[in-house]
Amino acid sequence: MNLFELSWRRVKAIFLKELVQMRRDRLTFAIMVMMPVMQLVLFGYAINTDPRHLPAAVELREDGPMTRSFLASLKASSYVDIVAVARNEEEGERLLRSGKASFLIVVPEGFERRLVRQERPQLLLAADASDPVAAGGVVSAVSEIARRAFAPDFEGPLSYLSASPAPYDIVVHRRYNPTGETAVNIVPGLLGVILTMTMVMITSIALTREIERGTMEMLLSTPVRPIEVMIGKTTPYVLVGAVQTIIVLCAAAFLFRIPFTGSWLAFLAGISAFIAANLMLGYLISTVARTQMQAMQLTFFVFLPSILLSGFMFPFRAMPAWAQALGEALPITHFLRVIREVMLKEAGLADVWGDLWPLLIILVALASLALARFRRTLD
Amino acid sequence: MTLNGGSKNGELVIDVRGLTKRFGDLVAVDDLELKVPRGAIYGFLGPNGSGKTTSIRMVCGLLKPDAGEGRVLGYDVLSQSSEIKERVGYMTQKFSLYEDLSIRENLEFIARIYELGDADGRVDRALENLGLVERQTQISGKLSGGWKQRLALACCMIHEPDLLLLDEPTAGVDPKARRDFWDRIRRFAAEGVTTLVSTHYMDEAVQCDSIAYIAYGKKLLDARTADIPAMIGLHAWSIEGPDLARAADLLEQEPGVELVARFGTAIHACGKDRAALAAAVQRVSARESLHAEEVEAGFEEIFIQLTAGRENEQFTAGQATAGKARA
Ligand SMILES: Nc1ncnc2c1ncn2[C@@H]1O[C@H](COP(=O)(O)OP(=O)(O)OP(=O)(O)O)[C@@H](O)[C@H]1O
Ligand SMILES: [Mg+2]
Repeated sequence: MNLFELSWRRVKAIFLKELVQMRRDRLTFAIMVMMPVMQLVLFGYAINTDPRHLPAAVELREDGPMTRSFLASLKASSYVDIVAVARNEEEGERLLRSGKASFLIVVPEGFERRLVRQERPQLLLAADASDPVAAGGVVSAVSEIARRAFAPDFEGPLSYLSASPAPYDIVVHRRYNPTGETAVNIVPGLLGVILTMTMVMITSIALTREIERGTMEMLLSTPVRPIEVMIGKTTPYVLVGAVQTIIVLCAAAFLFRIPFTGSWLAFLAGISAFIAANLMLGYLISTVARTQMQAMQLTFFVFLPSILLSGFMFPFRAMPAWAQALGEALPITHFLRVIREVMLKEAGLADVWGDLWPLLIILVALASLALARFRRTLD
Repeated sequence: MTLNGGSKNGELVIDVRGLTKRFGDLVAVDDLELKVPRGAIYGFLGPNGSGKTTSIRMVCGLLKPDAGEGRVLGYDVLSQSSEIKERVGYMTQKFSLYEDLSIRENLEFIARIYELGDADGRVDRALENLGLVERQTQISGKLSGGWKQRLALACCMIHEPDLLLLDEPTAGVDPKARRDFWDRIRRFAAEGVTTLVSTHYMDEAVQCDSIAYIAYGKKLLDARTADIPAMIGLHAWSIEGPDLARAADLLEQEPGVELVARFGTAIHACGKDRAALAAAVQRVSARESLHAEEVEAGFEEIFIQLTAGRENEQFTAGQATAGKARA
């Protein structure tokens, strides 16, 4: 029995049936179309607002004219609101830990003295780990504030300090690595996240729904083959994926003004392989899960690493080796690289090939596994 | 009706031996043999949970038997289920069509899955037969129970199968529709279509050519319907009177009475020993001043008696193993 032998008429029968069912299930369809819009609004809002007015504390371990002008600048800036000035280390730590301040800016002892001597003193910035996006904004904000604050002092006798780079270092302490990604980086990545979420979720119930509703018994009593069910049941959602892609691309172009610099061919190749791989991943889940509830749980099992380990949220290269290895096995990891390269770095088909072939391998592996797992009996 | 390559006239359409299916510790079907000749209407009877559905699923390749072998429509039941499925119409016990598709869409889907030529024409004809032409766009899930059954039946016949496996096809169907259904089955049988049909209705059982009776996964009886009463040799008396509950209690204790069952306004006492039964019934009815007369034992009594005998056996067998385990 050839696993890949199939009748296109039966594939079409299932395809049409799924299409009708999808059309009747208005709510699910609406959710799938609204999902990109909602996520774009949510993420887009976070991206568009430079973090401002974040509560910060300052710990001054010395009290000189430069330090005072730095403090004045901080207070004047709209990035941070100075909620407290700590007199010692303990007090500063407490403010940060209690959440009264999201940031603690520490001016160490001898800062001015060492600055004048060009010993590159350090300004410490401790960021609350729980808000990595905000941290990223403030880190850049603080260096700018410091530059402006010290600028008047670096005139006259101290003008030798005004040369760049700045004669001090800003040392950032954080447990999280803030992504440092900008809107330009996040919106293309969002396309990967949205597609992973909807494509995997919707196909993960492809078979379990039939089992739960009892229609699987009828379907299995017909001569339909596993590969026909697989293709017929997944292809309708390619259309959904296409609609979502168009929504995100339009938002990227018109709302976020992100240029599309690379080749459309590379984009099409990447997105097709990615959508197909996600559909197969979901379909594989539906051959494993016994109930729709289980299918949903397994979907989240896939979805969390897809967000966390793919490089969408945190820099891929900063992860430990085992996490990177896991990430490489996820379709979204490769797709994120493809789409960022294509949209932002003028990449063509040849440039993205390095991530296209792993995507194709994942696709074939998932499809074969799903076919092998398909139960042709009710056992 | 299309003739398939596998079986010719007069041959056995279903010919399976030793079919066994276990679910964990439960032996749902135990060593089942089934021989159904072409064109026959074979009744498949048995109490709830006796393994009818499981057996039918094994015959059409939906469940893999743990043991057993045989041929269905001339194809190997273990290795050629694809070929079997193409020529079998299986109607599931539970409604298994798409509730969110319309009547027509369901029929179309099945017609396409079987790759039938002139799918539209077939669907039109099926709708006409069903009398559902006007309601063809109605969503199937919204149909009444009986209409769902009739739609399911139409769906499993649309590809003109050589073998119909019908699992309680008339459960919840009104008497008129049941008559129509049996008329159709008989017409099909005349054309050479074979039918294996499970049912709990005795008026349907008597319409079958043969009956296989199964209880606790074991086949207890398999014979031509007409031969069954003589084979079992069950005699029955019908007893009427004021306090039937008391009469039933008394009769149950009498020797020679194997079964007491209520039938409408009367109770039936049954037993295989005609003389002992008559003596017992007359003793009780005289004492309690009841009206008693000998009647012909029906299928219902026969099957209840068959199962009742089995229950005891089953019980003693269980005790025997329990005793062994303790020893
Ligand atoms: N998938 C399964 N898993 C476990 N046990 C099962 C399964 N299917 C059936 N059984 C058990 O096998 C036995 C036979 O079930 P089956 O459905 O074949 O009975 P049936 O004769 O069709 O009964 P009914 O007249 O109620 O339809 C029952 O005890 C049932 O609980
Ligand atoms: Mg049953």
